[in-house]
Amino acid sequence: MIHTITRRAFLKGTVSTACSIAATSSVVKAAEALKNGEPIATLIDITKCVGCEECVHACKNANTDKYPKPEKPFPQMYPSGVKTEDWSDKTDIIERLTPYNWLYIQSAAVDMDGEEIELNIPRRCMHCTNPPCVKLCPWGSAIQLDNGISRIDSDTCLGGAKCQTVCPWLIPQRQTGVGLYLDILPSFAGNGVMYKCDRCYNKIAQGEIPACIEACPENVQTIGSRDQILKQAHELAASMNGYIYGEKENGGTNTFYVSPVPFEKLNEVIEKGKGKPHLAKVANSMETGDKLAMAMLFAPIAGVVGAVARFYSMSKKDNQ
Amino acid sequence: MTLHDKIIRYFYMTTFAFLTLTGFGQMPIFKRYRIADIPGLGWLAEFYVTHAMHYIFASLLIGLCSYLLAENLLNARQELKITITGYAKAVMILGLIITGGLMIFKNLSGTPYSPLWSLCLIFLIYRYVWFFLFSA
Repeated sequence: MIHTITRRAFLKGTVSTACSIAATSSVVKAAEALKNGEPIATLIDITKCVGCEECVHACKNANTDKYPKPEKPFPQMYPSGVKTEDWSDKTDIIERLTPYNWLYIQSAAVDMDGEEIELNIPRRCMHCTNPPCVKLCPWGSAIQLDNGISRIDSDTCLGGAKCQTVCPWLIPQRQTGVGLYLDILPSFAGNGVMYKCDRCYNKIAQGEIPACIEACPENVQTIGSRDQILKQAHELAASMNGYIYGEKENGGTNTFYVSPVPFEKLNEVIEKGKGKPHLAKVANSMETGDKLAMAMLFAPIAGVVGAVARFYSMSKKDNQ
Repeated sequence: MTLHDKIIRYFYMTTFAFLTLTGFGQMPIFKRYRIADIPGLGWLAEFYVTHAMHYIFASLLIGLCSYLLAENLLNARQELKITITGYAKAVMILGLIITGGLMIFKNLSGTPYSPLWSLCLIFLIYRYVWFFLFSA
């Protein structure tokens, strides 16, 4: 029996094979980086993204078990002005970040060389190299793994939302009525649990790649060791005379967006607001703290110098 | 009490008061309980501000403790009698400085602590602070 292959079927097969090879290559790179204990990063080539939202749905499917299952009614909050946040009836929303949607597609219509083009930008947690959400969490619930992934432990998070406030992109999203606070002082402390992209840390730990990368039909994302991915991002940016976002923002992140259009220009046209992060330049949030910490090393020296100076002055007075 | 001792005492109390206030400011409580709404206290809800201030007052406390230690060693004050409570306070201050120092190290770039270690450190600091506040 002879099987005839249509042109369409052939192309489809070729594309799927190419996707599989690319995905496998990503797996190998990520697995190698993990094996070597290196930080991993992702390159996002936004010229490739067609906005099909396959990644968004894959993310939702892969993380369903991690999503909040709140108990209702929520405890009465004191003082009475404290607002609860409930997304449990809006789990289908995919146009912004929510506790039930950790990745969404941001669109930007921009003018390039006199022609209007539309760019699609998958947005999620940037996974900063020195994440303020992790460093400043008062309960140690936000954690950074050795491979650079930052995630929030839903078992210990109290939902105070400090991580959201200190995040330059306000990424973590809160769901009330779930988590440890319900067992402590639900009316007086805590307000739920914060949720954000955890880069499918559990899949990565098993040598797999994040669901969003796996599902992407256009190979928008490439994952691997940070050094390698950064080098790749620079090569890609140079090839299109483009720009990188995420390399220097907030002191450096593990997500590099590459665009042919300046990010300042993209930032002007994208829809921003709650659950919709910006693309503006971000200074290193932890820089002041780091500098003050270094300056602190001189505090004991200053104290001793002060005491010696006083001792010398007193001795001089006594001799006179 | 000499003027020098009075200044030291005032300096210590002010430093410790701000250290405690900014330390509590690391938790999201001042906004929730509307304390930050009181005119002049809005900065208590600014986490980066309280974080920087906490570091500054920690430096002052470390400087002050070093000063007092060096001064006592240089003067070799024989007449100085330290009570048991005094020793207990000194141990607690030392504990606060050590645990605080470890927290600062944790907050530096490229120093990932294990989640359990971070949690233990945080609870140790809270414990020291509460002991100190109650003993004061």
